[in-house]
Amino acid sequence: MDLGVSRRRKIVNVVMLSLSGVCTALVMGVLFFILGYLFWHGAKSLNWNFLTQVPKPSGQTGGGVANAIAGSAKVLLLATCIGVPIGFLAGVYLAEYSGKTFAFTIRYVVDLLNGVPSIVIGIVAYALVVRPMGHYSALAGGVALGIMMIPIAVRTTEEFLRSVPNSMREGAMALGATRARTIFTVVAPAAISGLISGMMLNLARVAGETAPLLFTALGNMFWSRGWLQPIATLPVTIYNYAIAPEEDLHQQAWAAGFVLLFLVLGINVTARMIIARGSASARR
Amino acid sequence: MATSFPVEPRVIVRSPRTFIERLRGGDQIALLTTLVCAVTIIVVVALIVVELWMNSQPAIKAFGWHFLTSSTWDPNAEKFGALPFIYGTCLTSALALLIAIPLGIAAAIFLAEMAPPQLSNLLTFLIELLAAVPSVIYGLLGIFVLVPLIRDCLVPVLVKFFGYLPIFQGDFYGVSFLSASLVLSVMVAPFIISVSREVLLAVPVEQREAALAVGATKWEATWQIVLPNASTGIIGSVFLALARALGETMAVTMVIGNTPKITASLFSPGYSIAAVIANEFAEASGRLYVSSLIFLGLVLFGLTIVINAVARILVLTTTQRSA
Amino acid sequence: MATFRQQLAKEPAIAAEGSGVQKTALAVKLQAENLNFYYGKFQALHGISLSIVTYKITAFIGPSGCGKSTFLRTMNRMNETVRNTRVEGKLLLDGQDLREMDVTFVRRRVGMVFQKSNPFPKTIFDNVAYGLRVNGVRSRPVIEAAVERSLRRAALWDEVKDKLRKPASALSGGQQQRLCIARALAVEPEVLLLDEPCSALDPIATLKIEELLFQIKDITTIVIVTHNMQQAARLADYTGFFLMGKLIEFDDTRKIFQNPSKKETEDYVTGRFG
Repeated sequence: MDLGVSRRRKIVNVVMLSLSGVCTALVMGVLFFILGYLFWHGAKSLNWNFLTQVPKPSGQTGGGVANAIAGSAKVLLLATCIGVPIGFLAGVYLAEYSGKTFAFTIRYVVDLLNGVPSIVIGIVAYALVVRPMGHYSALAGGVALGIMMIPIAVRTTEEFLRSVPNSMREGAMALGATRARTIFTVVAPAAISGLISGMMLNLARVAGETAPLLFTALGNMFWSRGWLQPIATLPVTIYNYAIAPEEDLHQQAWAAGFVLLFLVLGINVTARMIIARGSASARR
Repeated sequence: MATSFPVEPRVIVRSPRTFIERLRGGDQIALLTTLVCAVTIIVVVALIVVELWMNSQPAIKAFGWHFLTSSTWDPNAEKFGALPFIYGTCLTSALALLIAIPLGIAAAIFLAEMAPPQLSNLLTFLIELLAAVPSVIYGLLGIFVLVPLIRDCLVPVLVKFFGYLPIFQGDFYGVSFLSASLVLSVMVAPFIISVSREVLLAVPVEQREAALAVGATKWEATWQIVLPNASTGIIGSVFLALARALGETMAVTMVIGNTPKITASLFSPGYSIAAVIANEFAEASGRLYVSSLIFLGLVLFGLTIVINAVARILVLTTTQRSA
Repeated sequence: MATFRQQLAKEPAIAAEGSGVQKTALAVKLQAENLNFYYGKFQALHGISLSIVTYKITAFIGPSGCGKSTFLRTMNRMNETVRNTRVEGKLLLDGQDLREMDVTFVRRRVGMVFQKSNPFPKTIFDNVAYGLRVNGVRSRPVIEAAVERSLRRAALWDEVKDKLRKPASALSGGQQQRLCIARALAVEPEVLLLDEPCSALDPIATLKIEELLFQIKDITTIVIVTHNMQQAARLADYTGFFLMGKLIEFDDTRKIFQNPSKKETEDYVTGRFG
């Protein structure tokens, strides 16, 4: 037995495996660093004023991002109303009705849409909404984000509807329910926890998007009324403050970033917990 | 056996559905509605392609494919060339991948092969959270934390040991190709890790056992048997990460310097396709200016489509093989 | 389409409770004439012809893969939920070709209980009420009465009457299957098809279900597919023996088991194969 080789291999083994652990620790370290730094720095500037006031005019300190938070909510609401129904129903089509070849085509196109960079979607929304209207608007922002929500809505719906066993469909149809009835009164409710958490993850992803809003919703120093005015949103505000020269605005960027991250990660974690609890009870 | 129950009059209407009832039953409507939605998606994608193409026409007509090789970007003289942006996009993405791939695969190996399942699941969960952090937050941290860090700690080291290399020459002011690449690498690493981990886990246990049974160390089994098995999927994850990196806008534009420049030095500020669109689109005046930016968007679109397609094929074949 | 009254007039006389009067006409409820069934190019059923008698229990027996379940599923057109299938021949329900009727109408009249219980992820009450609601019954008191009646017929009422609003998944396997029977009975089908309903259950649960099938025989025609010959011998008035997609023999149960005319039948019921 050649002990030398064996010992070298053992050393290589330990070194490489430790290295992989180190890399993991590095990545985890970055995560904790991001969260930690943001929470620390952002929480410092967080106060009630910040959440309830609109930005002060240039040069004055203080003010808040209340209009940006409301603006994000508004744009996201519109996006959800556009993206989720289209995505959900298309997912129903894929899971329950379509034949193989057409389904393949649709899935491919959905994947294509998913891969389009968000800034390109912003360009298209600009061409489709802003240009004909002649000005920026919450509507344009909502359209851009709505388009971004479609692919994930489709995929989630199809995946979770398919996970419902066929025996359930047969049980309903054997009682005289039409296919449509079966889908909406038996299959969808059976998959509901997956569908909801999927939509939440979708929302969280889109809530943080900045690029498509840069030249659709643009931004607004004040409250925006209706859907046809430019509107402030949280991510765009963070961006604008971060690149502004004033130090005060940098602080506000941190605080706004804290709020955004808190919301996005909060929705994320909640959604994953729903999925986890859903699959645990299904296994019972 | 005697009947135990009296037979009561039937409550269910026994005639078949009328037309109205059939309509309300909904099968035709449901089929139609869902089909319309599915087709709408196809229409949307077609619209994207059409809008990009049509709106790029002025620029295409003015510059032709020369656009892709010219490096002048002068809004005043209305001369536009895409080369600096293509260069910046490719450079930052390539460098980001160079950093993220070894890190990512190593972490994936740890999570798939080494860590006990509970730890692995917890860490994967946290890594997926990393992937959910919005781009603008990465940009924020990039500007105020990473860039000073690089300037004060990394750059002196690089200059001291590798200053003779052209990539580390020139003055460093903070915003640069280097900073953008580092931020990008942090952003794409979670994708590489989570997809690679899944692909590694999909390799059948029997393969590992076969290697260990002939006396291989755990590392040797992983490196020589498991990894090659999963290689197609891992390469697929790399392509996915690449597609993400190419389209990444906010974090890049906040730390890259936004200067159209083609140079070997990583310390120099630069520009990327997504960054220039983000920065200049809202203020662009003049049809040719806007059209050139949209032409850039078309180029980016084409790039990401191709890369995504390759990625899907690779990842699909791996997971299908082991399914 | 016949009205309610006309339908009633066609039905055979039903014995009043405890009167001991024998049912008169042995009417045919369902009739198959030369039925062929194809999965794509593969022919699964060859020229099946038989008659299901009203208010009797008919059993289909045969080894695995012989087509008995496939044939059962043609009787309420459940095979149409699978792509690429084709049916040839006639299938008559009360003399009318059920393939030309509206499919949900057929399924209302011909109910089915499946091999593995498949309760919906709803409450016990909502499970039983589902068929009623789907078929347009809206009145609350009517639904509640029908639910109680069905659960009683399925011999489940006493066990669940206090937990009607609890999820159906909380019941045991045997209880779930009885729930599925109650669910099927709630829409008052004229025929009830059961596809190996006890194969996933323990002997005690099986016994309970067999008992209730005897009870409900008087309100609905029963067709049961079973791989358990003793079950067929216990329950059925008529038995059909299937082999490789063909109906080998169809007769009185006693004759099938004691004095079969075909050799294949004899081989099967004496246990020489299957």
